[in-house]
Amino acid sequence: MEALISLAVKAIFVENLALSFFLGMCTFIAVSKKISTAIGLGVSVMIVQAITVPANNVILTYLLKPGALAWAGFPDVDLTFLGLISYIGVIAALVQILEMVLDKYFPSLYNALGIFLPLITVNCAILGGSLFMVERDYNFSEATTYGIASGFGWALAITTMAGVREKLKYSDIPDGLQGLGITFITAGLMAMAFMCFSGVKL
Amino acid sequence: MSQTRKQLLIDPLVDNNPITLQVLGICSALAVTSSLNVAFVMSLAVIAVTGFSSLFISMLRNYIPNSIRIIVQMVIIASLVILVDQIIKAYAYEISKTLSVFVGLIITNCIVMGRAEAFAMKNTPVDSFIDGVGNGLGYGLLLMCVGVFRELFGSGSLFGITILDPVSNGGWYVPNGLLLLPPSAFFIIGFLIWGIRSWKKSQVEAREYKIQTLEVH
Repeated sequence: MEALISLAVKAIFVENLALSFFLGMCTFIAVSKKISTAIGLGVSVMIVQAITVPANNVILTYLLKPGALAWAGFPDVDLTFLGLISYIGVIAALVQILEMVLDKYFPSLYNALGIFLPLITVNCAILGGSLFMVERDYNFSEATTYGIASGFGWALAITTMAGVREKLKYSDIPDGLQGLGITFITAGLMAMAFMCFSGVKL
Repeated sequence: MSQTRKQLLIDPLVDNNPITLQVLGICSALAVTSSLNVAFVMSLAVIAVTGFSSLFISMLRNYIPNSIRIIVQMVIIASLVILVDQIIKAYAYEISKTLSVFVGLIITNCIVMGRAEAFAMKNTPVDSFIDGVGNGLGYGLLLMCVGVFRELFGSGSLFGITILDPVSNGGWYVPNGLLLLPPSAFFIIGFLIWGIRSWKKSQVEAREYKIQTLEVH
């Protein structure tokens, strides 16, 4: 349990997907103009991340790893090279399913999140989460924790960014830095602030 | 015709750079710019993937049903990325370790998807290929610029060859450790955008609010 908590803290603060690995930057920059939309997108990313990382973990363990197909009678088969294509397939399919389920059973939530869901398929934070899960060899419970925590970390980052940008638009910024330029520099300062957490050990 | 093709190749370098103007593909790239070797391999990988994915998607564009086009594009891109990933693993294993997940993340790199969607679905294969390579080059160019700054001032070398002799080796240069850390990439890109936009005024974004100036009578 303790290991899981420290994993979660690490995924939220120390190894924040947006600010220390630059994942999901396109949407991070493009959709962080208003706090309300940023929260909407952040929550959707968290939900999708919490589902896809464990789902990809199951696929890796029972279908792709060397020897994973032993239950089907193929103990020598190693399908890890198919990893990338199956993860992105799972993500695309899950986003589609999630969209349909939300539409049918939670229409109010669907209306709030609807426009962001398709964006999430091509959000690198989602695929990145799954790939980190593979690279670090997480088991199922670790993968679930990591999925939720890293999604939360991303949501936290984009929400704070939106808060900063809402204030920033009233400032007198040099012409060339207007918009994109100053956003990058703000993100850099935030990333530095987040690095202070790297001393946290649990 | 050759004039427009040249245009397709050169435009994305500065005038319509995928990173500084279209805001595409920042995602996977910045973490790999702390050394030039890695940035170079990453740029090559992205150029190859954008070029060929645009080519193949454009060849198939009349056969892809509109409703499932995203999935079809994803499959084509993912297969190309797997190919690139395997090649890098085979010929540059050390670098593939540093790149870790970032080669896989080319799949969700918005440049690839963006060019497939915006250009390759409407144009002939050869034009699309050139457009893809051009955008990959624009991306690579920015990556290399950032890489030069970070490696030269962060560890005093270029491509692993020592240029500024660091103090730790008995030289005179005190390396700026910040440049090896992730936040520096944000600053460098921010300042590069500033530079490019001061040069090409047309890229400056309009202000949302005007600062009130006080007039003294």
